[in-house]
Amino acid sequence: MNWLTAALGASVGKKLMMALTGLAFTGFLAGHLAGNLTIYGGKAAFNGYAEKLHSLGPLLKVFEVGLIGFAAVHILTGLWLFLQNRKARPVRYTLDTSPGGRTLSSRTMPYTGLIILAFVAFHLTNFTFADKTRTTIFEIVSAAFSSPIYIGIYVAAMIVVGLHVRHGFWSAFQTLGANHPKLMPTISALSVAAGLIVGFGFGLLPIFISLRY
Amino acid sequence: MSTSISLTLKIWRQSNPADKGRFKNYTVKDISTDMSFLEMLDVVNEQLTLAGEEPVAFDHDCREGICGSCGTMVNGRAHGQLKGTTLCQLHMRHFKDGDTIVIEPFRARAFPVIKDLVVDRSAFDRIIQAGGFISVNTGSAPEANTLLVPPHNAEKAMDAAACIGCGGCVAACPNASAMLFVSAKVSQFALLPQGRPEAARRALGMVRSMDTCGFGNCSNHRECEKSCPKEIAIVNIARLNREYVKASFASPES
Ligand code: HEM
Ligand code: FES
Repeated sequence: MNWLTAALGASVGKKLMMALTGLAFTGFLAGHLAGNLTIYGGKAAFNGYAEKLHSLGPLLKVFEVGLIGFAAVHILTGLWLFLQNRKARPVRYTLDTSPGGRTLSSRTMPYTGLIILAFVAFHLTNFTFADKTRTTIFEIVSAAFSSPIYIGIYVAAMIVVGLHVRHGFWSAFQTLGANHPKLMPTISALSVAAGLIVGFGFGLLPIFISLRY
Repeated sequence: MSTSISLTLKIWRQSNPADKGRFKNYTVKDISTDMSFLEMLDVVNEQLTLAGEEPVAFDHDCREGICGSCGTMVNGRAHGQLKGTTLCQLHMRHFKDGDTIVIEPFRARAFPVIKDLVVDRSAFDRIIQAGGFISVNTGSAPEANTLLVPPHNAEKAMDAAACIGCGGCVAACPNASAMLFVSAKVSQFALLPQGRPEAARRALGMVRSMDTCGFGNCSNHRECEKSCPKEIAIVNIARLNREYVKASFASPES
């Protein structure tokens, strides 16, 4: 075990954990988005999807526990990296101009990450932990999105997640060593696409629901 | 055509590592645009010496972009705004008459300021000592073709070996990470048969040493690549990451 903690505790090891857990979340987002698209099919389709999902029973539990574990690793390691990175430059530059490497997305990773964390807590209390004994998830969701405040929060949060994924996706491949002149242009383009798909894919749903139902 | 320009310089002055340090403004007149940035600083220092003031300390040696001694932040950029050049290769023709130039030392916890613009980069030496070499028997050189090297590997190894260890990557990185430097040193050996026997030990040793020296972690901002006077690419960082994974999970060294 000593060799494992040494390997994962080093700078490169911590980034490997960020990359693996981050890619897992990206996979989760893809699945989540695919499921949410059933909203476009109407009430029966959406409730049907939710029922199918919950009929997975223990398998769903395994996924949930896995996601919580991954989240703990991603968040704690991310904070650790952030604090170490700040400490590595105790005196800031008076003038700091970029030669064009960093992006809005790359610079804000720790902050967009923390916003996502706050949003996930909000989102779970809204929908996942809501009492569904006398109603269906569709009713809860469409009631929530009749409020402009909810729509605003959800759309803003999805832009933030899109920003996080826009840098995170390609960065994870680079961290895992998958950078090759043959691969990188495609991975970079996919990273922008992933950010846009997450931002628009999820972000348009509350707007659609409020207009349609 | 050579012309002359006048400049306002905002230079970081710090008399010793314990001094808090501060910016001081200087005006210089009649700077030939044919001068290099360091020659311009020489003119400033002559003025200061004549006026009985302490000249500005800055590192330099070859003044032709090969030794890696020079380097400061110029207007917020490591080695100045020109791409693919060291500070000694930056010429005054890239500035305009009346410009204000902010000159600051490279800043990182692992690179403490010794005086003015001079920083202690011995952390890089400690990283090299942790594995940036190959072990060979002394004696006459072996016949050149006993170990065959594919040309594309030789090319990539040479690209990595172009690193002059100036520390510009650390200075440019928002996290003060030394990953580009370490990745260049690991890559130049990892790509050649002579470097393979110690590859795992080298990757682990150099990464550990980099961490204990107090450098930050890589966030893939790629500011290093854009600032590097030798244009070392971040594909080398990906290669270091691969070497690190191989060494940690598939070698007897870890
Ligand atoms: C849906 C949720 C999330 C997804 C899809 C996601 C995805 C990713 C990915 C793919 C990376 C790139 C890893 C790398 O560069 O190797 C990353 C990095 C990062 N994530 Fe997340 N993340 C999520 C949530 C969070 C949360 C909740 C936090 C913190 C509270 C966070 C903080 C960070 C930080 C700080 C980094 C940058 C690490 C570095 O490069 O130094 N993320 N994320
Ligand atoms: S003085 Fe040698 S590289 Fe600039």
